[in-house]
Amino acid sequence: MAWLALSPDEWVAVRLSLKVAAWATVASLPLGIAVAWLLARREFWGKSLLNGIVHLPLVLPPVVTGYLLLLAFGRRGPAGAFLAEHFGIVFSFRWTGAALACAVMAFPLLVRAIRLSIEAVDRRLEAAAGTLGASSFMVFLTVTLPLALPGVIAGMILCFAKAMGEFGATITFVSNIPGETQTLPSAIYTFTQVPGGELGALRLTLVSIVISLGALIVSEEVARRASRRVAAA
Amino acid sequence: MSLRVDIRHRQGDFVLDAAFESAGRLTALFGPSGSGKTTLVNIIAGLIRPRQGRVEAGGRVLVDTGRRVFVPAHRRRVGYVFQDARLFPHLSVRSNLTYGRFFAPRAERTADFDAVVGMLDIGGLLDRRPASLSGGEKQRVAIGRALLASPRLILMDEPLASLDEARKAEIMPYVERLRDEAAVPIVYVSHSVPEVARLATDIAVLRQGRLAAFGPTGAILARLDLLSEEAGEGGAVLDMAVREQDRAFAMTVLRSPAGEIRVPAVNAPLGSRMRVRLRARDVMIATERPRGLSALNVLPGVIAALEPVSDNTVDVLLDCGGQAVVARITRLSTERLLLAPGQPVFAVIKTASVEAAGAAPVVGH
Repeated sequence: MAWLALSPDEWVAVRLSLKVAAWATVASLPLGIAVAWLLARREFWGKSLLNGIVHLPLVLPPVVTGYLLLLAFGRRGPAGAFLAEHFGIVFSFRWTGAALACAVMAFPLLVRAIRLSIEAVDRRLEAAAGTLGASSFMVFLTVTLPLALPGVIAGMILCFAKAMGEFGATITFVSNIPGETQTLPSAIYTFTQVPGGELGALRLTLVSIVISLGALIVSEEVARRASRRVAAA
Repeated sequence: MSLRVDIRHRQGDFVLDAAFESAGRLTALFGPSGSGKTTLVNIIAGLIRPRQGRVEAGGRVLVDTGRRVFVPAHRRRVGYVFQDARLFPHLSVRSNLTYGRFFAPRAERTADFDAVVGMLDIGGLLDRRPASLSGGEKQRVAIGRALLASPRLILMDEPLASLDEARKAEIMPYVERLRDEAAVPIVYVSHSVPEVARLATDIAVLRQGRLAAFGPTGAILARLDLLSEEAGEGGAVLDMAVREQDRAFAMTVLRSPAGEIRVPAVNAPLGSRMRVRLRARDVMIATERPRGLSALNVLPGVIAALEPVSDNTVDVLLDCGGQAVVARITRLSTERLLLAPGQPVFAVIKTASVEAAGAAPVVGH
């Protein structure tokens, strides 16, 4: 069973993937919740446009998304240059860029899960909170969000799993640099391109399966506990 | 504190057009379903923005479309008790109760937690979750939650409608205590005559979005034309005092200017005030004082008016010592007895027909 042991380079890819996916999930969560709330609870001009843009990465070829990111957030791209100059945040060919690509690709899944769970929250409870003196922001914070928590958790897990597996947009945007932007899928792809890489590819594939399955089981359990806590009165 | 409402609102085909001013401690909005009661309450609460009109509570303008004033719901300080309780399922009973307190301005947090919990007997429920409460318990917690926000006005939208008779009987005394002990006026939506007769100080009758009548409870309930849809549920409400407890026969003797009546035993001290509802269909009329009759209550009075209700029934409005009593009898009887306004007659009421629940203690008044 010695062939199962990961080489140091493979460990690096695994740790990098976990870091990238975790950052992608955590950093996109506030925006995801805000957009989901807007889509679920507000009527405004351009709502279907916003909905379309959020879902675009789901239907575009990932390579196209990656290339668009490169154009916008590359060192010479308008957004990339601005962020690098004013905040010192650089995306191109860095792990941060991999996280950005993963976040963009997983965003539709995150928003969709949270939006559905917000829509399922009884608006009569929100009205009741309003009559008790809570402003709409406080209503959201104290009633809507806690009741939508199972959906938020489900969205985060989906987002994390999608980020773990993202390949096309990442490799297009930030390339395939070992130790910096080479995540699990990129590493597996690299192994399949060199002679004698089959064992390495198989090991990382097993790691992928274990992490994804673990994430699903954890999410089921957490969501089950959360929904028991908010069981309908 | 007074409540002034003057609203014109349209929702699809439904038009609400109502204006009244009430200074009562418990103003009932009464009418069949679809008459606009809940819409009106939601307008007062700020959950619906009216097309046109004005709402003023305790001198504070909540809505005035003419002056473009619209105070949002969360700034109105109006406690709302919903028909379906609407407790927050993710919070404990205690957190539900203190939810509104958190948002009330510090200087206006007048409601005392222990006093409210004591008044509603919910001290044993504090650590439970709403899902584990019975319907009656949920409604009591909902009342407490509204009270603890220290509101200036309490709205109750058919708070008993989803409960069975036993649960209704469980909640009603708490609403009465609220009416009599808390210094906050209540607007109470209901389509039930027994509830309104027992609880209300003033009644606004709504019919298809329009105000059909407004006035003190006694005056409104004596007007049977307003209650005709309730099929004999209407009738007189008499304010009476406990004169004697007849323990041998398990009865209570009550006294009012109309005379004495006996009701099934009510546990109340001598001299305390009671409210008794005499349903029109339970009252008989005799032209002479009857003898050899099982009914125990005979009130002398004078016919004030005869109002035909249908092809075969007539409502006879009596003046009994200054109090209104209504009898619903057949048209045949009115002709056989040659009943006419001004005629002295006797109202006959079976003790067994006077509901114990209708005999509610009235404090003060």
